[in-house]
Amino acid sequence: MNGEKRVLIACGTSIATATVVAEKVKEIAKEAGVKVNVVQCKAAEVRSKISTFNPHVIVATTPVPKDLGMPVFNGVPFLSGVGMDKLKSQIIEALHQA
Amino acid sequence: MPAESAAEAIAQLGARLQAGGFVKPSWVQAAIEREKIFATGLPTAEVGVAIPHTDVEHVLQQAIAVGVLTEPILFGEMGNPENTVPVRLVCALAVAQSQFLLKLLQQLVQMFQTPGVLSQIVSAASPAQIARIFEDHLELTEDITT
Repeated sequence: MNGEKRVLIACGTSIATATVVAEKVKEIAKEAGVKVNVVQCKAAEVRSKISTFNPHVIVATTPVPKDLGMPVFNGVPFLSGVGMDKLKSQIIEALHQA
Repeated sequence: MPAESAAEAIAQLGARLQAGGFVKPSWVQAAIEREKIFATGLPTAEVGVAIPHTDVEHVLQQAIAVGVLTEPILFGEMGNPENTVPVRLVCALAVAQSQFLLKLLQQLVQMFQTPGVLSQIVSAASPAQIARIFEDHLELTEDITT
């Protein structure tokens, strides 16, 4: 793995669900030995954050456009617990490939 | 409690919060509007849960109003509003500080993911029993109304 991977986390207000998801992403990245730089934003700010932050991967708990040019994951399984293991492995795989 | 729609469930719980002096009269409409834009239905393993809430400006004092629906009603799924989740447990969150919302959410998520807890809540015999389950799982001090 070469260097730090940038992960953008988006939710409605950028404070609540995004923070819960951000903590989970940091945790799974650490377990997988991937260095990450995690930044949170509001769903409405995703496009502008892409130009300034240039994330490798996006995880969102609200709908965001799918045509952003990088893998976009629905982060809700981190909140509901359903499908969480699958999501974890998908995110880690995307981070390895980024 | 019986309810026909997500909006009605939010209105019922909001009325309880308002009667208790926890939220302003504007809370219900604001929470219903927010639910349309940012749906809060969570398809958990056992019992569908929704956590309607809205901006701090509509809140006077922090509280959670908990409603167990007699029949499941459909809420939009968080992050995926074209999907719906059959919800039986509605936790209306009156949050006066965004920092509190974060802590509350982390603890609620833990609680919802603990096997058996959601089933226990929806089959509880009394509101007091439900309040006790929440108290056992949330470390925060807040008023709980059912």
